[in-house]
Amino acid sequence: MPLSLSDPTWYPIASSEDLPFRHVYQGQLLGRELAVWRADDGNVNIWENRCLHRGVRLSIGINEGQELKCQYHGWRYANRSAGCTYIPAHPADAPARRIENRKYPVREAFGLIWSAANDERPFTPFDGAEGKDWFALRPMPVNAEPEDVVAGLARLAPDDQPADLLPGLAVQLGAVLYFVQPIDAARAVIRGLLPERPSDEMTTLRHYNEVLTKLRDRLERAAARKEAPAPLTPLYEKVSADLATMPDIAIPRGNTFNVVVRRKWQNADGVISFELADRDGKHLPTFQPGAHIDVHLPNGLVRQYSLTNGPGDLMSYVIGVKQESASKGGSKVLVESVREGDVLAISEPRNNFPLRRDATRTLLIAGGIGITPLLSMARFLDKSSLPYELHYFVRAGENVAFKSELEVLHGRVDTHIGLAREAIREKVNALLGPYQFANHVYICGPGAMLEMVQEVAAALGWPDDAVHFEYFQNDKVIDSSSSFDIELARSAMTLHVPAGKTILETMREAGLTVPSSCEQGACGTCLTTVMEGEVDHQDVYLNKTEKASHTCMMTCVSRAKSGRLVLDI
Amino acid sequence: MADKVETKPMPNAPDPVTRNLWYVVAATDELPPGQVETTMLLDTNLAMTRGADGEPVVWLRGDEEKGDEIDAETILDRLPVKNAYGYTWTCLGTPDADLFPIPEFAEPDRKNMSCGSIGIHVSAPRAVENFLDMGHFPYVHTDILGAEPHTEVKEYDVEVSEERDEVLATRCRFIQPRAAKSATSAMEVEYVYRVPHPFCSVLYKSCPEDESRQDVIGIFLQPMTEESCRAHLLQSMIDSYSTIKDMRRFQQTIFGQDKPILENQYPKKLPLDPRAETPIRADKSAIAYRRWLSQKGITYGVIPQAS
Repeated sequence: MPLSLSDPTWYPIASSEDLPFRHVYQGQLLGRELAVWRADDGNVNIWENRCLHRGVRLSIGINEGQELKCQYHGWRYANRSAGCTYIPAHPADAPARRIENRKYPVREAFGLIWSAANDERPFTPFDGAEGKDWFALRPMPVNAEPEDVVAGLARLAPDDQPADLLPGLAVQLGAVLYFVQPIDAARAVIRGLLPERPSDEMTTLRHYNEVLTKLRDRLERAAARKEAPAPLTPLYEKVSADLATMPDIAIPRGNTFNVVVRRKWQNADGVISFELADRDGKHLPTFQPGAHIDVHLPNGLVRQYSLTNGPGDLMSYVIGVKQESASKGGSKVLVESVREGDVLAISEPRNNFPLRRDATRTLLIAGGIGITPLLSMARFLDKSSLPYELHYFVRAGENVAFKSELEVLHGRVDTHIGLAREAIREKVNALLGPYQFANHVYICGPGAMLEMVQEVAAALGWPDDAVHFEYFQNDKVIDSSSSFDIELARSAMTLHVPAGKTILETMREAGLTVPSSCEQGACGTCLTTVMEGEVDHQDVYLNKTEKASHTCMMTCVSRAKSGRLVLDI
Repeated sequence: MADKVETKPMPNAPDPVTRNLWYVVAATDELPPGQVETTMLLDTNLAMTRGADGEPVVWLRGDEEKGDEIDAETILDRLPVKNAYGYTWTCLGTPDADLFPIPEFAEPDRKNMSCGSIGIHVSAPRAVENFLDMGHFPYVHTDILGAEPHTEVKEYDVEVSEERDEVLATRCRFIQPRAAKSATSAMEVEYVYRVPHPFCSVLYKSCPEDESRQDVIGIFLQPMTEESCRAHLLQSMIDSYSTIKDMRRFQQTIFGQDKPILENQYPKKLPLDPRAETPIRADKSAIAYRRWLSQKGITYGVIPQAS
C-alpha cells in the first residue's frame, strides 16, 4: 500500500534523548519536515518546520525555554499552542491576529517521541507496552521504501521463530520491537526498542547497530535496482485570508469558551486567585504579556482580569481578584459565589497593554492588585534575560500577592510597603529619573496612582509613547448629555446619537456588530479611528497625545464636541 | 545508483519577460582573457571569456570546459553582451530595454567595487526580498546592521513607479550599531530601496562620512535554476579611509550571514499567493515586489498565484 500524506498512524519520529535541554530537533514524517522541541516544563512540541512569516525552518530557531524564536526575524511562538506572541519589527503592537503554526500530535512514551499526520486516531500503545523499562536503540536511516524495510526486518527472524508483523509498519523479533518511521516514499528510519535496559549498553548498541547496518546495505542495494516511487509532496496550508492582507492595528472580538475553576485560593490579604483550565485538559489560547480576559459572571456581568502567566504557560490561566469590602457586582460575585469546579465563560485573551521588548530599560510599577499584568510582563522579560525592574506598592505586608512567583524572578523586584501618597510620588520620581532613549515604563494600579505616575513622568520629560498604563476601571463620571450625528464611512450610514445613549449602543441598535469589552472606557477594545470631527474623550485608555490628535476614540463612553463625527466603521 | 531513473522534473521554461532580461554572469575583470569560464543562467549552460581587447564574450556552452584555452575571435555565435557597473551582462532572449541606470556609479570620487559572486541554494526572488528586508538586521547581522533591543521597523513608504517601472521604498529607517565599514558608532540609518529589475535591487543608505550623500549597494541576481542563484554585489562608496579589500570583506561578511538563512527558506521559490505566508507592515516593500512580479507575468523562480 503506498504511503499517504493523511495516514493517521502514530509513528516514532525521535528518541527522547534527541531532545536535550533547549535544543530544537529536525524530524521528518511522511514527506514533511518537523521542528521538535521540549519546553522547560517538559512538554514536547512537534510543529511544521517553517515559520509562517517567511518560511524559514524553525529547526534552526532558538529554544528559549517556553517559546521558540525564529532566527530570521525573532518572531516568538508559544509552547503548546504554537501561537505567535511577539513580532520584534512592531514592538508596540500585540500580534492582534491569530498567527499559529501548524502543529502535529505528540506523545512521549517508551523512550521515543511519537507523532502522526493528523489527530484522527488516539495514541494506543502496542500490545505488552506497559510495565517495561523500554530502551531505545540507535536509529538507523535507510534509503528504501518503508514497506520494504519492514519486510527486510521480518526476514531477520530465525526460521523457528518467525517475526510478528504488528500494525503500523512495526515488527516484533523475539523480545525486540522495530518500528519503521516512514520519512518519505523511499526513505525510512528503523527505531528499535529493547524491553529492558541492557547491562552493557555500549556492547548491546554496537551489536544491533551492526545487524541493522548490514540490513541497510542489503535494502539500499535492492532499492537501487528498482524504480524509486515519487516523493510525497506535502502541501503547505494557506494562512487564513485575514492574515494575508496587511493588518491594520485591529483588535478582534474573541469568542467565548468555557473553563473550569481548578483552584481558588486566598493569595494575600484582600486578593483571591483563580486558576482557570480547559475542561478536557487541553491547552488554552495563546496570550501575550499584558493581556486580559473577559470573565462572564453568573449574575450576567462581564469583568476584565489580567493574566499573570509567564511565556508558554497555557495549561491554565491564573488571575487575581481584589476582595473589596464595598465591592459591587463583579468582583464580589466572583469572590463570594464562584467555587472550585465551577464552569465560567471567558473570552480569548486580548491585549490592550502590550509589552515592548526593544527597550534598554523597562520599569514596571504596580499598585496593589495592579501587579497582575506586570507579573506576566516580568516573567516574559525574565525568561528572555531582558533587563527590567519591578516596583510593587502595597498598603501593608500582608497585601503582597503572588509572593512565591515574585521570589523566583531574577530581575530587580522591590516591594514598597505602606508609603504615604507623597512618599510614593517621591519614590516614583526617583525611580523614573530623566527620560532616556528607549526607556519604557508600565503602570497598573488605582486611578489616582496612574495619574500621578503620568504627571511625574511628563515632568521628567518622558514622552507619552514611553509611558504605558492600564486602568482597572474608569472612575470618571461619564457625561452623556450631548447629542450629535455619526457618519460611518465604511458602512455608508449616518446615525443620530441622542443624549443618554452611547455611540456603541446606537451602532448596535442599527444592526452593526462592533467589538467592545469593559464598556467604561478602560480596556481599549472598542478603539475606533476617527476621520473627521472633534472628540469629547471620556475614557482612561488613550494617552494625552492620542486624545489631542482626534484620530481615534473609545465609542463606549466618548462622544462628540462637534455636531458630527466621521468614523472608520 | 547509475541505473536509477532520474525523477527530477523538467525545468520550467523561463517566461518571456524573464528570458528577455539582462543578467550579470561575471565580474568583468575576473574573466580570464583567452580562457574559458563556465556558468549557468536560467537552466542554460554558458561559456564565456574575454578577447584581446578585454571585452567579454558569452556563448551557449558546447563541449568547452572551464580553463580551456580559447581565442575569442573564433566564437561567432555569441549572445548579446553589455559591460556595465563592472559586470558582464548577457541575455538569452531578445533584450528589449536598456539596463536600469545607477547614475552614482559615474561619480569620480566614489570607490566602485565588485564584492564577489556568492552561490545560494534559493530562488533569485527570495534573495531580492531578503535584500529589501530590514527586520532581520538585529537577528542575522547582529551588532553590525542591527542589534537587539532596537528591532523596530518604522513606517516607510512604498510605491511602484510606473514611469520607471520599478518598486521604490523610501523613508526606511533603522538603528544600526555599525552601518558601514566607516561607521564607528550606532546611528539611525536611512535607506532607499529600488527594485529596477525583477532580479536586481539597489539600495542607497546614509553615508557615515558625508551627510549630504549616500552609499550605494547593488545586488544583481543570476538565476541559475529556479531554486538556485548567484548573487553579484556592487558597492559604490564614499569612503576615503577604508581599503577596497576591507570594504569587500565587510560586504562579504554581511552576505555570508544571509546565506544560511536563505538556504533554510521553504519553499525555495517565492510564493506569490498572498496567503502563502504572513506579511506584516514591515513587509510592505516585499508585498509590493511580489505584486509587481505577478503583474509582470513572471513565473520563473516563483510559485505563481493560482488563477
